[in-house]
Amino acid sequence: MKNILGDRRAAFVLLAPALLVYSVIMLVPVVVSLGYTVFEGNAISGFEFVGVDNFVRLIGDAEAHQALLFTLKYALVVTVGQVVVGYLLSLLYVFGLKRASSVVRTLVFFPIVMPTVAVALLFQQLFSIAPTEGVVNSMLAGFGGVPVDWFGDGGSAFVVIAIMDIWRSMGFYGVLLYAGLVDIPEDVLESARIDGASGWKLVRHIVVPLSLPVLISSIIFSINGTLKVFDSVMALTSGGPGTSTSPLTISVFDHAFTYGEYGYGSTLAMLLTIICLIVTVFIFRGSQRDLTKDGPR
Amino acid sequence: MNATQSTRMLTTSGSRDKRMRVPRRRPRARVRLRRLPLWIAVAALLVIVGYPLVWLFLGSFKSQREFLEEPTWALPQQWSFENYATAWETAGLGSALFNSAVTVLPALFFMLLFGTAAAFALEVLVWKGRGAVLMIFLAGIMVPAQMILLPLFSAYFQTGLTGSLWPLFLTYTATGMPLTVFLMATYFRAIPREVFEAATLDGASIYRQFFSIAIPMMKNGLFTVGLVQFFFFWNDLLISLTFANSGNLRTLQVALLNFNGNFGTTQYGPLFAAVSINVFALLIIYLVLNQSIQKGLTAGAVKG
Repeated sequence: MKNILGDRRAAFVLLAPALLVYSVIMLVPVVVSLGYTVFEGNAISGFEFVGVDNFVRLIGDAEAHQALLFTLKYALVVTVGQVVVGYLLSLLYVFGLKRASSVVRTLVFFPIVMPTVAVALLFQQLFSIAPTEGVVNSMLAGFGGVPVDWFGDGGSAFVVIAIMDIWRSMGFYGVLLYAGLVDIPEDVLESARIDGASGWKLVRHIVVPLSLPVLISSIIFSINGTLKVFDSVMALTSGGPGTSTSPLTISVFDHAFTYGEYGYGSTLAMLLTIICLIVTVFIFRGSQRDLTKDGPR
Repeated sequence: MNATQSTRMLTTSGSRDKRMRVPRRRPRARVRLRRLPLWIAVAALLVIVGYPLVWLFLGSFKSQREFLEEPTWALPQQWSFENYATAWETAGLGSALFNSAVTVLPALFFMLLFGTAAAFALEVLVWKGRGAVLMIFLAGIMVPAQMILLPLFSAYFQTGLTGSLWPLFLTYTATGMPLTVFLMATYFRAIPREVFEAATLDGASIYRQFFSIAIPMMKNGLFTVGLVQFFFFWNDLLISLTFANSGNLRTLQVALLNFNGNFGTTQYGPLFAAVSINVFALLIIYLVLNQSIQKGLTAGAVKG
């Protein structure tokens, strides 16, 4: 019996197509991309060996520093926003709406399945100032404020990007964290209530520690997505005005396809990959330590 | 459950529907008043999520003059589908829809077929080194797409695939593979080994077992993974912008992104109509499959 399920040839035949496609189109390019970092040039003009020039350039490149800073700022703000708003939503679903929450959950979840480009075009119009005021500026004017040219500078454009991405994904994180909160046994909550914990105290001391594992995976998932942000920024501001809202991903794209610098583009991509790895490992290690400190569950 | 616990549960005021029969001390009106902030919060939430969509829908019927002269919350003065017709033609949404469909759907099919076969080989079959191969697939989940796009662009250029939809199809199939293999392997783990051992005793070959037992048993898993990846591929901008950015290759998202470029000045009505088409088509799919979509997308997150 072991013989058939241990058939190495069958295993190879079943595995081969997936492994072949995956290796040729993902693994090999990753290695080639690492190789590109010591070259300069592109597919059309050919490549030239430049040694560590790309890394030296990276260290002194103010634009790359700005992109790195934007990536980190965006990742921090949007990850915190997504997870905190999502967590508040999940608390609302579980403790506020209880079983009636399904309609609200369904509606608030929807934006995450909308095409990012469509959402970005919608937000461009919501926040527009000229030739006609969008909803946001009309509201500002209605409350006696001054309409803002949201896309006129990097700071206010960043605010719109952050609002948009939190708006898009809050329902998704709401459902993700809801799944974790529903698993908390009712009798644990009941006995905490009897011991006098209620409202904020109950959330702080009972609900948060018990939902920590799913909270941590949400943070890891969220930060991996936000560090790699491309679609929403590209569609909303294309990195502008200038390069003020350009994250590393758009810099990679610009250097490679606008300036034809594959080598430098790959160096920037490698920087991004390393940051993703470090951040994930860091959060993962940190959370493991927290979990052991609180005791096994 | 011991005695103290059950008395505790009996004495607390009902917080779950089951225990509604326990007498409440608070009068009804006060309970309602206490719930007021909750309902205000829910109403605010619904407005924040719903109003932009309603505004988008209404905007798709307005004329250029209404956009420029009427306040932004005014209702459209007519309900004609002129904007939709204009949007469909000028943006070439028809051919964009075709391009998206002929790359995404075959990519989904091959990704699911190959990915499930690999997961079957890794999880059901027994051989040395399968753990390591699974890890190699898993590593792919972490890699940012930017890391593979430039070498792929060179490779597609050198093999003459640039200028067709092949690069898009191949890249989607491959980038979807890690998550597919991983999730399908998880689903296979839940099937008792006895199922396959019994089939072996009955004389079914491995391939027969894969096609006649494994795939039918994986129906739900295949549906979930397919749905998750459908949204990733359908809404993808990065890969399609890299490999399909010229006129007749444009996918739906690239066509939408270039929408404003097709006119001298922004034609608001058609723009809103084009966005509406994209949003409300997905809304229909979403409303039909909403439970599976919520479950699938979040499963992809927790495990990935």
